[in-house]
Amino acid sequence: MDSAPALRKLLQHALKARTHAVGFASADHQFSWASLIEPAPSGLVVNQVADRSIILITRSQAAAASALVALDGVAASLVICPPDFDLVHLAYVANLAQADLILTDDPDLQSAGLETHLICPPFGLDVEPSAARQSPTEWRLFTSGTTGTPKLAVHTLKGLTGAISTANPLSAAGPPTVWATFYDIRRYGGLQIFLRALCGGAALCVNEKDEPVGAYLTRLGAAGVTHLTGTPSHWRRALMSPHLAEIAPRYVRLSGEIADQGLLDRLAKTFPNAKLGHAYASTEAGVAFEVTDGLEGFPHALLDRTDGPVKLKLRDGALLIRSDRCALRYLGDEAKPVADADGFVDTDDLIEVRGARCYFAGRRAGVINVGGAKVHPEEVEAVLNRHPDVELSRVFARQSPLTGALVAAEVVARAEGRVFQQLPELSADLRRMCREALGAVKTPATLGFVDSLPLSEAGKLDRRRA
Amino acid sequence: MYFFYPLTIGRVFGENHMSTRSKILETFETVAQEQGKTLKALSDTTDLLECGLDSLCFAIIIARLEDELNYDPFVESDVAEFPVTFGDFVALYQRLQA
Repeated sequence: MDSAPALRKLLQHALKARTHAVGFASADHQFSWASLIEPAPSGLVVNQVADRSIILITRSQAAAASALVALDGVAASLVICPPDFDLVHLAYVANLAQADLILTDDPDLQSAGLETHLICPPFGLDVEPSAARQSPTEWRLFTSGTTGTPKLAVHTLKGLTGAISTANPLSAAGPPTVWATFYDIRRYGGLQIFLRALCGGAALCVNEKDEPVGAYLTRLGAAGVTHLTGTPSHWRRALMSPHLAEIAPRYVRLSGEIADQGLLDRLAKTFPNAKLGHAYASTEAGVAFEVTDGLEGFPHALLDRTDGPVKLKLRDGALLIRSDRCALRYLGDEAKPVADADGFVDTDDLIEVRGARCYFAGRRAGVINVGGAKVHPEEVEAVLNRHPDVELSRVFARQSPLTGALVAAEVVARAEGRVFQQLPELSADLRRMCREALGAVKTPATLGFVDSLPLSEAGKLDRRRA
Repeated sequence: MYFFYPLTIGRVFGENHMSTRSKILETFETVAQEQGKTLKALSDTTDLLECGLDSLCFAIIIARLEDELNYDPFVESDVAEFPVTFGDFVALYQRLQA
């Protein structure tokens, strides 16, 4: 098996073409990419991290960024803990990963008796590593949407960068690329953007969770952001901010949740000059495809393609994906395989085919059963979100003594301080829209208005609340 | 304190004054209209199964009344059977007021 060059090598290559300094910027940390690959006596001691199984627990994304560049191709494996990692699970994860070292920027971390080194970004290595490892470093990522016991998917840099073209990273003309993301780089979606920026030798601006969206947008405006990515929920929040007018990205990208037509239209109107894309990717299946025609769903033709690196198919109404970008396995000897015998990963995302287009119908687990009729919360939310006064909505099951369950909805009305008397009107409007688009059973039986809806740490609508 | 007056007036003459029966009637009418059903004139002896609504309508009515009155007699009490007439239905909710 040919092993891809370590991240350090990809970065060195990308920076060769740069005439100006580029690097990383959060609200608290700014540094050049070059500072991560210059060996320095104050850096991580190669001999202390080489071939180790490491857990990375960081408060800042800057620390995670530094560590990923320093350790790929040096450490045996890296568990990349997300920002909301619950230390209750540390002993379990350490055992699962057979980890022997923790790297953290938190001096107060209780590290369950494991050897722990304190890191302070930015940092590189103390000396250039003498030789690349025989086998690539394993990147062990937490799967999204899990509650309770963590589940980790194993990748390597080669798979993680499989969707990133390094052949022609930038066009020479125009302002330099500045990537930014609402995601966190310690999760799959954000990690993709981090790797894209690195492999393209471009700047990257990230949003730490205590930085308000408005302040972040102002910072992005000042940095001249050109490429901005987030979940549909992130974008709905950003669309509420008066500071959105301060940015003019030429590439706007959504992934991680269903991008509905209402949101795509709103973004197209807000950024008429930007290329608008929604991508399908998951921690297990990797980056599968991107749709840039401004329409929700994806062309049916993608299912039949036999060329290209990604193969898609439907089974029992769900999307299955096979590619080199899929996770290699779940961590742990007991874990079930990521893919089936033919190498396909079942995404649990249900697809509805209408004509030449495939539409995401929702998650297999989220279906509401109304007297035997199946309702996907996401299809109802898509209709609600189409209304110009609706910022965000959440559809969920409510118990019914007659039908088992009913469809219920909570809606955040777009304009804050809206006159209360108008809400019954909006409520009637929304019910009418749902009935026309979806029929009586799928129309919310009850519909309430709320000030806000919580997003999970991964930037997706939080469905766990009952 | 003067500024309490409007609040008090609102409480006495506002929504809470509406009887349980008329609130139920209003909910039946609203749901029938939303669901495109023709609701028969309702009296205490009207059979629910004959009033023009289907079981989804009843499920919605019960959910709406639960939100409005904070009470679902089908869950919270020992109702063994679904009420037969509109009068039975109203009586279930009026037990709450008693």
